[in-house]
Amino acid sequence: MTEALRHARYVLSENLVTTFAFSLFTFFVLCAILGPAIVPYDPLASDTAQALNPPSLAHFFGTDQLGRDIFSRVVVATRLDLGIAVTSVALAFGVGTIGGLVAGYFGGWADRIIGRIVDTIMAFPLFVLAMGIVAALGNTVANIVYATAIINLPIYARLARTEANVRREAGFVEAARLCGNSEWRIVLTQLLPNIMPLMMVQVSLTLGYAILNAAGLSFIGLGVRPPTAEWGIMVAEGASNIVSGEWWIALFPGLVLMAAVFCFNLMGDGLRDMVDPRKRT
Amino acid sequence: MSEPLLQVDGLKKLYPLGGEAVLHAVAGVDFAIDRAETIGLVGESGCGKSTLVRLVTRLIDPSAGSIRFDGVEIGDRPARRFGKAPERAQIQMVFQDATDSLNPRYTAFHAIADPLRRLKAMSGSALRARVEEVARLTGLPPELLPRFPHQLSGGQKARVGIARAIAVEPRLLVLDEPTSALDVSVQVVILQLLQDLKERLGLSYLFVSHDLNVVRLLCDRILVMYLGRIVESGPAEEVFNAPRHPYTRALLSAVPTPGTTSRDRRIPLPGEPRSPINPDPKICSLYGRCYRSAERCTEVMPALDEIAPGRRVACHFPVLDLDEAVAEPVLVSQA
Amino acid sequence: MSIDRQSVPLLAIEDLSVEFRTRSGLVRALDRVGFTLKRGETLALVGESGSGKSVTAMAIMGILDDAAHATNGRITFGGLDMLAASPRVLDEIRGREVAMIFQNPRAALNPIRPIGKQIADILLRHGNVTAAQAPDRAIEMLSSVRIPDPKRRANSYPFELSGGMCQRVMIAMALACEPALLIADEPTTGLDITTQATIMDLIAELAAVHSMATLLITHDLGLASEYCDRIAVMHAGQIVETAPTASLFASPRHPYTAKLIAATPGEVPHLADLASIPGGLPDLRRADLPACRYSARCERMEDDCMLPPVPRLVLADGAEVVCRHPR
Repeated sequence: MTEALRHARYVLSENLVTTFAFSLFTFFVLCAILGPAIVPYDPLASDTAQALNPPSLAHFFGTDQLGRDIFSRVVVATRLDLGIAVTSVALAFGVGTIGGLVAGYFGGWADRIIGRIVDTIMAFPLFVLAMGIVAALGNTVANIVYATAIINLPIYARLARTEANVRREAGFVEAARLCGNSEWRIVLTQLLPNIMPLMMVQVSLTLGYAILNAAGLSFIGLGVRPPTAEWGIMVAEGASNIVSGEWWIALFPGLVLMAAVFCFNLMGDGLRDMVDPRKRT
Repeated sequence: MSEPLLQVDGLKKLYPLGGEAVLHAVAGVDFAIDRAETIGLVGESGCGKSTLVRLVTRLIDPSAGSIRFDGVEIGDRPARRFGKAPERAQIQMVFQDATDSLNPRYTAFHAIADPLRRLKAMSGSALRARVEEVARLTGLPPELLPRFPHQLSGGQKARVGIARAIAVEPRLLVLDEPTSALDVSVQVVILQLLQDLKERLGLSYLFVSHDLNVVRLLCDRILVMYLGRIVESGPAEEVFNAPRHPYTRALLSAVPTPGTTSRDRRIPLPGEPRSPINPDPKICSLYGRCYRSAERCTEVMPALDEIAPGRRVACHFPVLDLDEAVAEPVLVSQA
Repeated sequence: MSIDRQSVPLLAIEDLSVEFRTRSGLVRALDRVGFTLKRGETLALVGESGSGKSVTAMAIMGILDDAAHATNGRITFGGLDMLAASPRVLDEIRGREVAMIFQNPRAALNPIRPIGKQIADILLRHGNVTAAQAPDRAIEMLSSVRIPDPKRRANSYPFELSGGMCQRVMIAMALACEPALLIADEPTTGLDITTQATIMDLIAELAAVHSMATLLITHDLGLASEYCDRIAVMHAGQIVETAPTASLFASPRHPYTAKLIAATPGEVPHLADLASIPGGLPDLRRADLPACRYSARCERMEDDCMLPPVPRLVLADGAEVVCRHPR
């Protein structure tokens, strides 16, 4: 374990971009955890007298149409957005990877069934599918998570399937059989660790998509409902005000959203390096 | 006479290829391995030795025939479930490419510990002690145990592969070209290690190799395979000095011998091997490439007959005079 | 641009040192490597992995990695200074005057192009034939390397051919323009014994027909001795001994050569007679490497072995040994 941590530190020190990305991610996580406790204003408290104030020392990001402090809302929204992203990616990764491994390793019926499920999902434009799922199941945060998980599942399943297929006849798999490992044990203890580096990159990219997906759904009114603070909804609420000159209502949530996605993408390479033992000298 | 450690009779492995086509990877093999014996298995690509090895180690199931280990039939137990059989720990294998046979995400310790955990239910300090003991036996310094395969040299990886195989105290060790990827100087060390382990632990070896010089040094008896069948077997020195099957003779003539130009004594094998798909059971597998081809070779497949005690050849016209001239094969028109 | 095929020697390497710039340091891959090769002669470069044999071959062909540079020495091929030649001149020379075949022939062939076309490509590149003549000439080349049914095979793809046949195609491509020098880098590693024998016999035969010089790179001493007039033994980027084949085996002068022979299974009667070579290769990134890179492992080492330069002794039969205390 300490070996792994030492390696992690080595990777971070090697690459400034990775360090920056991880620092940013840590910052986001802190906001998510501590957000509601440290913000200057109650994100839900409206004060119409203060509505539509541009950014100032009192309100860093200005106020929206209902006089709510945008800065507080943005910070508090971190918890929700990150939460949705992480949960849905965890689901997509978990279910997709196992499904893909089973399909690629065992072949036969498992491969056919899982293949058809994945094909069905991919037949739809993914955002439209997410919209459909949330619309059908109801406007709740849980359903956003499920919808996002479902539409991101195919990527993991396909990746895992290909990797399992390639490694199915590798020497170490045969050696594992000689050591008395059952087929399931081989999938979980021999193959899964081997594909983790690749999956890690995918996880970080998918985190970005997941956040955009959640924000997108909220933007069009599906999913998170007002007055909940969430980046997508805030952008939607501020969109119409851009024309009238109140640029700050949509801009700041949008910038933070962009920063989060950017951060996840940058983290991908770093994560892969940390998890792959081949990078250790 | 005590029962041999491994007894293989009439072993076949057929792969249906769709329609009527069937690939005869192993077309009927009989042999035995005694305790503390090293048997060399030689043959070129496509002869079926990899398939035979996987049958003996029970990684795949035979299509026909029997495999008896220490008197117990193990061929009928499906490969999928062989991991639970008591014989699993008794038959182990060392792979050709040590790099490929080690999980890149497992440390050397983990790789060696795996069979001990799975087959001997060992854990904790007993496990650690055994792994270190086996590492010592194979000449692997204990400080290398926490390393990953890409941090180890070729020779070290080979040792990890051997350590893993002997950790569960097998009786039969199958070695599939264990030194072909290694430098000459490393190969020496590994070969001598294998000999030492064999003597200390009383192992039997089935040593597969394309390097006939190595086989000659290490093996008591050898089996020569061609197109899914054993064509010659006998004590190593005898087969090397006086090969009786034309294929063995051709094979030996192709081994580079320093000092002499063997080009003049080269016995050609013109053309390509016969197809292993739906082979004609009446025609000898070497017919068409064999300089001794005659009509009888297309009428009856030669059986592996004993021409002297311990010496078997599958040929209607075994070579008796090693200095005889070699001519181009005269073929009978094949119906 | 062509070279002088009659020059004696055809290929001369003098004092060649090559370094690689890598992330973990400067790797001193070759250290004052030198040998000569005459027209029609076969020389084997023998050594274990890491000895620098492939680097030498690639230096001759001018296909070294960008990270490599020759810090010293000269390569003279048919009168032409290869290290100083311009890339354009080298492009002309490669394929026409000097050709190379590699290990793993299937990987060296274009998998999506029929082999007949690949041979024709080389012929057209070096301007020996017209576009109309090229396909027929390609079929001729295929039959010269004994590929059965060459007219039909010319339309085959590499994946349809066995390893041995792919190697024949490579040989056909290499010999298409009748080069003066053929470099064969482990051409038969991975092939069956009988295929190996046939391929090597084929190379030897074609070399004799075209008076082509052959540089065989191999780790297999047995192979080298069977097919080559002379053998040069390499260790850690240095040539330690060069001698005619018979005398190399009869009386190896360099301690490493003797050890290498004693470690070769075909050379000893019993397993117990096989001797391993103690120690390992030195780290070529070190700046303080001793003058003789074998000295750390050598049983004959004395203090003066560390001091440069290591003397090169030339012996009666043209053999050379680079050692301060040869046997």
